[in-house]
Amino acid sequence: MHLLAIGTRKGLWLATSEDRVSWDVRGPHHPMTEVYAVAIDPRVPRVLVGVDSSHFGPSVLTSTDLGETWQEPDHAPIAFPEDAALERVWQLALTPDPDVVYAGTQPSALFRSVDGGRSFALVEGLWKHPHRAEWGAGFGGQAVHTVLPHPDDPDQVTVAMSTGGVYRTFDGGTSWEASNRGVKAYFLPDPYPEYGQCVHKVARHPAAPDRLYLQNHHGVYRSSDAGGTWESIADGLPTDFGFAMVVHPHDPDTIYNFPITADSNRFPPEGRCAVYRSADAGDTWTALRTGLPDGFWTAVMRDAMCVDAASPAGVYFGSRSGEVYGSADEGESWQRIVEHLPDVVCVRAAEV
Amino acid sequence: MRVVVLLPGVLRSVADGRSKLELDIEEPATLAGVLDVVAARYPMLDRRLRDERSILRRYVNFYVDGEECRRLDGPATRLRADTEIRILPSVAGG
Repeated sequence: MHLLAIGTRKGLWLATSEDRVSWDVRGPHHPMTEVYAVAIDPRVPRVLVGVDSSHFGPSVLTSTDLGETWQEPDHAPIAFPEDAALERVWQLALTPDPDVVYAGTQPSALFRSVDGGRSFALVEGLWKHPHRAEWGAGFGGQAVHTVLPHPDDPDQVTVAMSTGGVYRTFDGGTSWEASNRGVKAYFLPDPYPEYGQCVHKVARHPAAPDRLYLQNHHGVYRSSDAGGTWESIADGLPTDFGFAMVVHPHDPDTIYNFPITADSNRFPPEGRCAVYRSADAGDTWTALRTGLPDGFWTAVMRDAMCVDAASPAGVYFGSRSGEVYGSADEGESWQRIVEHLPDVVCVRAAEV
Repeated sequence: MRVVVLLPGVLRSVADGRSKLELDIEEPATLAGVLDVVAARYPMLDRRLRDERSILRRYVNFYVDGEECRRLDGPATRLRADTEIRILPSVAGG
């Protein structure tokens, strides 16, 4: 069965399908909470969700029965040990070890769980980084929104934050280095600083861990040395602004992006809904819009696009206008799975 | 001394279904002290009310004998015997 998790600003919806054409969409789970992070671990299977109530604060819940019941520990799964408080979980990242789960948070920090996401501990090396005082807040808040555990080496983790940019550890989180060489920060006096960039999303394929793809706050980049240096792959896209960046589940050279006109004009170009796909690691791009609407005056957020692991690959994205579209043929054609939801802020898909 | 905490419906599921907690508190008693007792008994309820710094959540109101605690001394508000603390979500959200 295919499972699609849809996190919105007012709860979580879970959609299931046998054929990725007909979907049964159920929700809201955790109504009136903002769901910015969801992960599906098909090995258990298990759904992890970060929820944030404007009244009662944030938490992380898990379900091992596809949302029939949810478990929340008595004590806060994620809590800062020092003079800070968790505002939101932006990312829940699974690793090759089912017990190890990372959480990226607002304020900008990384937490690590060794019990499958029931409890997390602060990764102090990043929290105590000398750059931290200068990490800023974009409109969405100051957050580690991207966590990329290395597929083979548990000591290597790459994170991205807004603002701050990309940081890497090679020693299990003790030390971290900024990894933004070549990524532009047009809003700073020095447009190529060591850190301070407003990186929106970074993606990686497990079969090619040194290849990274990055959607920046203006700028689309590729790294071939695990983030050591970056080169632009924005030529061929109608615009270099956007939030989402996703890698094909089986081909490290195929990536998906949802271009948005500009920082100052946050709609797809001409209001035409289109996913762009590159099959050559960003050298050339193709617009995919079969089945997608015109007059689409909305946007796709950083975690609101994903792929499943099926073959052919399924691709999914949700909009601030509460629509979710899916493709069961790698993006060649699309159908609307659901509409009239609250703002979609994250989607994840898996076979369970 | 004894104080009473009244919970809104939305929070009863994290307090064994109770709408009313009757708590024995050591004197001198403060709102924060009551919440510490609540935390020991119902940690999930406590973190709906306070963050990990023990700061009251902004959109939860704590009426101490009818007066919202932020118009008194906040968490340091002193309580007398039989004080009634009514917890209510504030008008917020969209």
